[in-house]
Amino acid sequence: MALIEARNLRKTYGALRAVHDVSFAVERGEVVAFLGPNGAGKTTTMKLLAGYLRADAGAASIAGHDVAAAPIEAKRHLGYSPEGAPAYGEMTVREFLRFAADLRGLAEPAERVRATLDLCRLTDVAAQNIDTLSKGYRMRVGFAQAVIHDPAALILDEPTDGLDPNQKHEVRRILKEMASRKAVIVSTHLLEEVGELCTRVIVIAKGELRCDEPRDRFLARGADLNQVFRSLTA
Amino acid sequence: MSSPAEATPSARPAGRAAFAAIVRREFAGYFRTPLAYVFLAVFNAFAMSLAFFVGNLYEAGTANLDRFFLYHPWLWAFLAPAAGARLWAEERRQGTLELLLTWPVTVWQAALGKFLAAWLFLACALLVTLPIAFTVGYLGRPDWGVIACGYVGSLLCAGACLGLAALASAVTRSQVIAFVTGFLACFVLVLLGYGVFDGLLVGVLSDETVDAVRRLGLWRNLEPFTLGIFDVPAAGYFLSLAFAGLGLSTLVVDRR
Repeated sequence: MALIEARNLRKTYGALRAVHDVSFAVERGEVVAFLGPNGAGKTTTMKLLAGYLRADAGAASIAGHDVAAAPIEAKRHLGYSPEGAPAYGEMTVREFLRFAADLRGLAEPAERVRATLDLCRLTDVAAQNIDTLSKGYRMRVGFAQAVIHDPAALILDEPTDGLDPNQKHEVRRILKEMASRKAVIVSTHLLEEVGELCTRVIVIAKGELRCDEPRDRFLARGADLNQVFRSLTA
Repeated sequence: MSSPAEATPSARPAGRAAFAAIVRREFAGYFRTPLAYVFLAVFNAFAMSLAFFVGNLYEAGTANLDRFFLYHPWLWAFLAPAAGARLWAEERRQGTLELLLTWPVTVWQAALGKFLAAWLFLACALLVTLPIAFTVGYLGRPDWGVIACGYVGSLLCAGACLGLAALASAVTRSQVIAFVTGFLACFVLVLLGYGVFDGLLVGVLSDETVDAVRRLGLWRNLEPFTLGIFDVPAAGYFLSLAFAGLGLSTLVVDRR
């Protein structure tokens, strides 16, 4: 069973076709790089999968639960970090993660918070207000709330955006560690992430799926990945 | 460093856990900044000033609080939108609305949790005014039932104003716009049945129409409570406004 599935998803904003007939399925153990230029429909597709937006047509499911028909069940199995990793800035990191754990109704929430702080290397800043953290830490807090319940499916919208090389390495390392047990979609502008992190590549442009293939086949398209990207999204 | 152990949900029903978590976070959120204490102080100061200096509570020489509650529609019209402006506007501004609505919680649970937390906060503002009741008790022999009824009416009135504030907050990402819009909506309800505005209508509209307009106002519905009468239609009026605002705000937030 695919843990993340999009079936003929469509979403329009007035005359703008944001997502048009997008279909794919992500199995356990796959880390999918979601590539595309700005405004291509990546974020909209992710929001449709996460249940934040409603599709005009088509369907999305998480761990076999239809996002529209059984949203609560679908969201229980999903960890989602929106673009920019928004969080309640006036809360401390620990309070925020505790809120996420309580809201998800997790057993032993204090232990879950401790383990997640440890996993995401946030223990040192656990008592700090999120507003006072650097961007790198804030992105990690966003990541932490997405994995606190150890979900089967993980959707991360530009999780390494704005991070320094060390921080990027850290996020990728944690993702790799989890990858075998989860289905993961990571949107990114960084083509180097494809080779380093992902097992499969989906390219979307103008709301349409332009490419969906294993990483190695994508990398074999050419030595200059920027050129490959431009030709696929033109 | 290892991955956390497989997460298991608690035995507690998930919906209730989510609802309780939202109420706790929102209520505590008021006290994270000094603004809450400023709010409580301002409410208390205005409530007392209006009762003593405008309502001449002391000079009236009667052991009741009807002159204290008389001005509560004005206070709530101003302060309920101040407390409610953050409910949704802040979520939109911070981008956390997307986070909240992709967690396993329904929009209804989130909306009701936020509303209840804000209403509890407004109840705290009322609690802060209790010394005036004890003062009246010290100076005379008030009917405590009448005073309690007045407080219940005031709390219901606060809920009605908060419903409108929640709706105003749901349609914008600016707390300032949410506050101004919420205040204007509540202000209209204060005016309906208020002396000066009433005077403008008398003579222009029939007596029946003027009376119908009065019945739509906050004051007319609060009045029986200040006299010790638990007026069921008036309670229904306040709760209808509260739930209409709450319901519409939920619909607005749910349009995605």
